[in-house]
Amino acid sequence: MPKQWKKENLLKAYRTMREIREFEERLHIEFATGEIPGFVHLYAGEEACATGVCLHLDDNDKIASTHRGHGHCIAKGVDIHAMMAEIYGKKTGTCGGKGGSMHIADLDKGMMGANGIVGAGPPLICGAGLAAKYKGTGGVGVAFFGDGASNQGTVYEAMNLSMAWDLPCFFVIENNGYAETTSPKYTVPGVENLADRAKGVGMPGITVDGFDFFAVHKAAGEMIERARNGGGPSLLEVKFTRYYGHFEGDAMAYRSKDEVKKIRATVDCLLQFRNKVVSAEMLTSTELDAIDQDVKALVDDSVVKAKAAPKPPLSDLITDVYVSY
Amino acid sequence: MARKISYSQAINEALALEMERDDSVIVMGEDVCGGRGTDQPLDAWGGVLGVTKGLYAKFGDRIMDTPISESGYIGAAIGAATCGLRPVAELMFIDFMGVCLDQIANQAAKFRYMFGGKAKTPVVIRTTIGGGFRAAAQHSQCWYPVFTHIPGIKVVVPSSPYDAKGLLTTAIRDNDPVIFCEHKALYALQGEVPEDSYTIPFKQANIVRAGKDVTIVALGLMVHRASEAAALLAEDGIETEIIDPRTTSPLDTETILSSVEKTGRLVVVDEASGRCGMAADISAMVAQKAFYALKTQIEMVTPPFTPVPFSPVLEDAYLPDASKIATAVRAVLEQKKIPAAS
Ligand SMILES: Cc1ncc(C[n+]2csc(CCOP(=O)(O)OP(=O)(O)O)c2C)c(N)n1
Ligand SMILES: [Mg+2]
Repeated sequence: MPKQWKKENLLKAYRTMREIREFEERLHIEFATGEIPGFVHLYAGEEACATGVCLHLDDNDKIASTHRGHGHCIAKGVDIHAMMAEIYGKKTGTCGGKGGSMHIADLDKGMMGANGIVGAGPPLICGAGLAAKYKGTGGVGVAFFGDGASNQGTVYEAMNLSMAWDLPCFFVIENNGYAETTSPKYTVPGVENLADRAKGVGMPGITVDGFDFFAVHKAAGEMIERARNGGGPSLLEVKFTRYYGHFEGDAMAYRSKDEVKKIRATVDCLLQFRNKVVSAEMLTSTELDAIDQDVKALVDDSVVKAKAAPKPPLSDLITDVYVSY
Repeated sequence: MARKISYSQAINEALALEMERDDSVIVMGEDVCGGRGTDQPLDAWGGVLGVTKGLYAKFGDRIMDTPISESGYIGAAIGAATCGLRPVAELMFIDFMGVCLDQIANQAAKFRYMFGGKAKTPVVIRTTIGGGFRAAAQHSQCWYPVFTHIPGIKVVVPSSPYDAKGLLTTAIRDNDPVIFCEHKALYALQGEVPEDSYTIPFKQANIVRAGKDVTIVALGLMVHRASEAAALLAEDGIETEIIDPRTTSPLDTETILSSVEKTGRLVVVDEASGRCGMAADISAMVAQKAFYALKTQIEMVTPPFTPVPFSPVLEDAYLPDASKIATAVRAVLEQKKIPAAS
């Protein structure tokens, strides 16, 4: 697989995944100190999805994210310093400290927001697809949502609507095996692949291994191109797991102690990527290590700056309610 | 025998006692048991904030986890209620009510009336309200006024462990749909609660503190903020009377009116939006029904008309607190406007 890749693209893919991993693992540590307010849901383990999908997008394309949104933000090019500051509730954050982890957004980057309401993104992305089609921008709308969210009526309605209106949309189910503590084995019994939900609305649907960056990237690329060229919407189910709790502070009584340990040691997306590109002699370990170091320094710096950044002034409390004030 | 337990335990206990007493009571919600479909023991969470923890061990499959489908399972709870069950459905945060509002506002609320008095819908929807957790705009709201607005639904906002247990018991035994609003910041609050089952009637306000100078009406967490303010004011010899309506629908207007008749002054405190909220509703009711008794203006202490902000500094400024309440009480006593800074 890596043989057909340009080196710079491989470097970019690795760097993006590493940025997400480093960002999330650092947040895990920082959250434990008690300095980070509110709910924080980490994306670690799922990097290949956001990265594999968003590498096909530019700022003209829109994504709708979830409560687990940091990875989507980073993959869509949102500034890491502004993200970290937002999570710390600072004035310099992407949303001026008004949104926090669950509401990070950067509309200029086509990142329409992390979301506190499960299943709220897909209808919004139909709107993004509609606007792109109506204005002829050539853009696509991509909705990320979880296995749990796929049980929300809004998701089905949105998928069907996108078919009815033939919208340039792409739906991505991030099936990490849990909705909080509950497995899809209980909520969607008898269905092996959630991609089968596509059949109900007559769109193509496939399932890929979410630890395999190249598999995600290839499948997403075909579906996004299809949408971009007027071929209509489709559904991709990406299967993997999350490395941390549902949110920080979750003791994870619903999974065995070594589930994550095993996965990290065997199929982890960064590990697999590294092995593949090194054995294909496309990149060297030294090059990859250099990215690791660089990203670590970047995330370090973002934490230092976020901690030191000013809090929003009290006058900000009553601004931005409407466009006029 | 009364002993000290938390608000959260009081709710858990009311659920357990009612489930023991009546087979038709079932509990449903997202992760109210938890761990279903995994290879680990069940009751992994007992609800996102642990309120239903332990019920699975006692009641097994009467504790039903649901897919993330609020419209579906809240609707199912309502449908089952019309068919002889007494479901207690948990909606994790009141903010998610938007997803299932039709089932509540157009279905549950109206069956009785639309069907000419033939339907009975004994469903309870337990949900959490309130800010202070840095949970931002979509997980911090106090939407009980939305439901208070709708005829056919009863709305409960308990402020103490004792009230939570008694009112939830009443709610489960009640034959109408009830929205039961639990403030997240009160879950850990300890208080005296009898071990046995008991009920507290709806439409019966609690006089939390007696006083002659100013009536303060407050709900949920704000009862505690009002009590802090009352303690501050008492140092200056100002005696406030705090009334906790406990249910916003039906509302015990008599207790509020007779207090205002005594004090001649009213401050209404609410964590919900001031526009079309409980503060405006109660103020209007008093202005209309007890205008003759009022010596001064009515004041409302509510958050600014904005969504709930994330950043801790902003959220602290957003929420009503003891000092804002005390300022309003003084303003009422002095017949002055509340200074702009507060
Ligand atoms: C409408 C709504 N219902 C419930 C919740 C509470 N909640 C937040 S995340 C979550 C689980 C989501 O599971 P999934 O879609 O699989 O995403 P994951 O967390 O696994 O990434 C739940 C139930 C919510 N935020 N919004
Ligand atoms: Mg999931």
